[in-house]
Amino acid sequence: MAELAKTDLANLIREECNPPMLEGDMSYHDITEQISSLTEWKKTPRAWWVMISITGTLLLLLFACLTYLVARGIGVWGNNSPAGWAWDITNFVWWIGIGHAGTLISAILFLLRQKWRTAINRAAEAMTIFAVACAAIFPLFHTGRPWRAIYWLFPIPNTYLHMWQNYRSPLEWDVFAVSTYGTVSVLFWYTGLIPDLAVLRDRSKPGLRKIIYGALSLGWRGGSTHWKHYEKAYMILAGISTPLVLSVHTIVSFDFAVSVIPGWHTTVFPPYFVGGAVFSGFAMVMTLLLLTRWLLKLENIITIRHLDLMNKVILATGTIVGYSYATEFYIAWYSGDPYERFTFFNRITGPYWWAWWTMTICNCVIPQFFWVKKMRRNIAVMFIISITTNIGMWFERFVIIVLSLHRDFLPSSWGMFHPTWIDIGTYLGTFGLFLTLYLLFTKFCPIIAIGEVKSTLSAQNHVEHVYQHYLATHEVEAQSPHA
Amino acid sequence: MPKLTKDNGLYAAIGEFSDENQLLEAIPKIRRLGYSKLEAYTPFAIHGIDEVLGVKPSKLGWFVFCCGLFGCSAAATFIWWAGAVSYPLIVGGKPLFAFTFSIPIMFEMMILFSAFGSLYGMLGINRLPQLYHSVFNYSRAERISDDGFMLAIEASDPQFDADECVRALEDVGANFVEVVAK
Repeated sequence: MAELAKTDLANLIREECNPPMLEGDMSYHDITEQISSLTEWKKTPRAWWVMISITGTLLLLLFACLTYLVARGIGVWGNNSPAGWAWDITNFVWWIGIGHAGTLISAILFLLRQKWRTAINRAAEAMTIFAVACAAIFPLFHTGRPWRAIYWLFPIPNTYLHMWQNYRSPLEWDVFAVSTYGTVSVLFWYTGLIPDLAVLRDRSKPGLRKIIYGALSLGWRGGSTHWKHYEKAYMILAGISTPLVLSVHTIVSFDFAVSVIPGWHTTVFPPYFVGGAVFSGFAMVMTLLLLTRWLLKLENIITIRHLDLMNKVILATGTIVGYSYATEFYIAWYSGDPYERFTFFNRITGPYWWAWWTMTICNCVIPQFFWVKKMRRNIAVMFIISITTNIGMWFERFVIIVLSLHRDFLPSSWGMFHPTWIDIGTYLGTFGLFLTLYLLFTKFCPIIAIGEVKSTLSAQNHVEHVYQHYLATHEVEAQSPHA
Repeated sequence: MPKLTKDNGLYAAIGEFSDENQLLEAIPKIRRLGYSKLEAYTPFAIHGIDEVLGVKPSKLGWFVFCCGLFGCSAAATFIWWAGAVSYPLIVGGKPLFAFTFSIPIMFEMMILFSAFGSLYGMLGINRLPQLYHSVFNYSRAERISDDGFMLAIEASDPQFDADECVRALEDVGANFVEVVAK
């Protein structure tokens, strides 16, 4: 009896400390082969070409819409008075939020020693960078003259403004938050890429490809001195990215919370925005990974187990978001402020009732299916839920921005917002930018962190070794690792 | 064959081990023979290898700390100078300078400078980018990034003698032992 309990304990420890994350018997060389061969053109799946032609077309739509906007002015968007911020800022907040999952996976899960992140962190980090690029387009073009915006946004000495930015304004804080976030994400991503670019360099035959990967990998040679400083740099980057990612959506939420508009002026915004950002970001990572995994046949590395764990994060953050909605409503009622109460009542029953209901159903109700293990492990279900979550989170930002602005204190200034074709085209166009960049990334970079997956495999082998040794010395039968 | 000494323009004697455990077991044996200038070459960072090699932990953290401190204080100084000295303008009845409204940008600049400090600091300490390194003269150097676990006894070791090093590496179980030129 005592013997049985000991075996159970050994199994439990193995499952908990180091669940098998790679399926099939893989060697280090197999990992190198599988991942780096994805960057070789002759093995490009046909579906990749089909996808990039679609996303490339959408990217052209983005160029067309932005060119038209610059030529005619931002009046081509549907923004009006009272809805001075509309789809542009909705899209901005939505895209920035999506980026947050990448940093969460690469930094916070690293600090929490969650080994399973190694299969998905590279793709998620890339997604962060591309999402921030999409996000930056909206406020930049909302200035109307993006080529001059650099002088308005950053303290760069110049001869025509003769003044400095207003550092008391949350909008200026946001400039620093988003640009720092974008820059640090690129640095973190590149730091992670250096040893893997060296893998591609070493595999390439002499020629242009070898020169390019050789230059990008900076002469990395994998010596123990290299690794020592590298590991330190990686840990520091993870350590500073963690508060950074929390600060970015906090500061984005200040854009609203520091104002006096009913529906915006609330102290719950920072945690509420961060929770929502992680929620939407994980959903987008899920959408992309399911496609990537299918397109590039990575089922053995990005396993159902990874997806299950991600779905748990979606469930947890979705529930946080639902709780935030409830808090917001309760405070609106408890404040006794008639304008505040009206704003929230108007969200449910006003002319935009459908937006509020879409948001609530997509964000609070649908992810609750993930309480059921079968749902968390069903590809079709998780794909659908990842899409509905993305839709729901877009509507959340729309509800916060447009529904708060369209009816504020004075009924005489109430109005409605109607998107124009340029609004719609620009938004669709950013998908073109995002997905085109992502598809190019899958072709030019190792989309799985090769070195980190190998170190996960090493740990997995080590634990397996200890386990087998335990079984041998205790004369009990082994259990299947996937039991 | 002339006896190879450290004046012969050598980099190291390098041998390959079949996995990380073999490498970790071999290092203490080599160190017990008195060699100190050792460098392991591996496809990923191996947990606990620094302790086995007896190297001190990285000091990169201090450099990054200074970068962060600089970013943070530079941001505060600039916000004070721009808002209260260079172009004092009262907006929304707020003071010309206050610590509270400077916190977000101070924080962001601290992170930004720390991030640059980590990457550039790491590259600097590791002397990267580097166009040439002798380890690539090893015939199996391309496997370092794949599945090769190499150990090099460098020629700068005071006890270095090519033939003896080759024998020492072979004795602890290394394959493909070679003396690599600079």
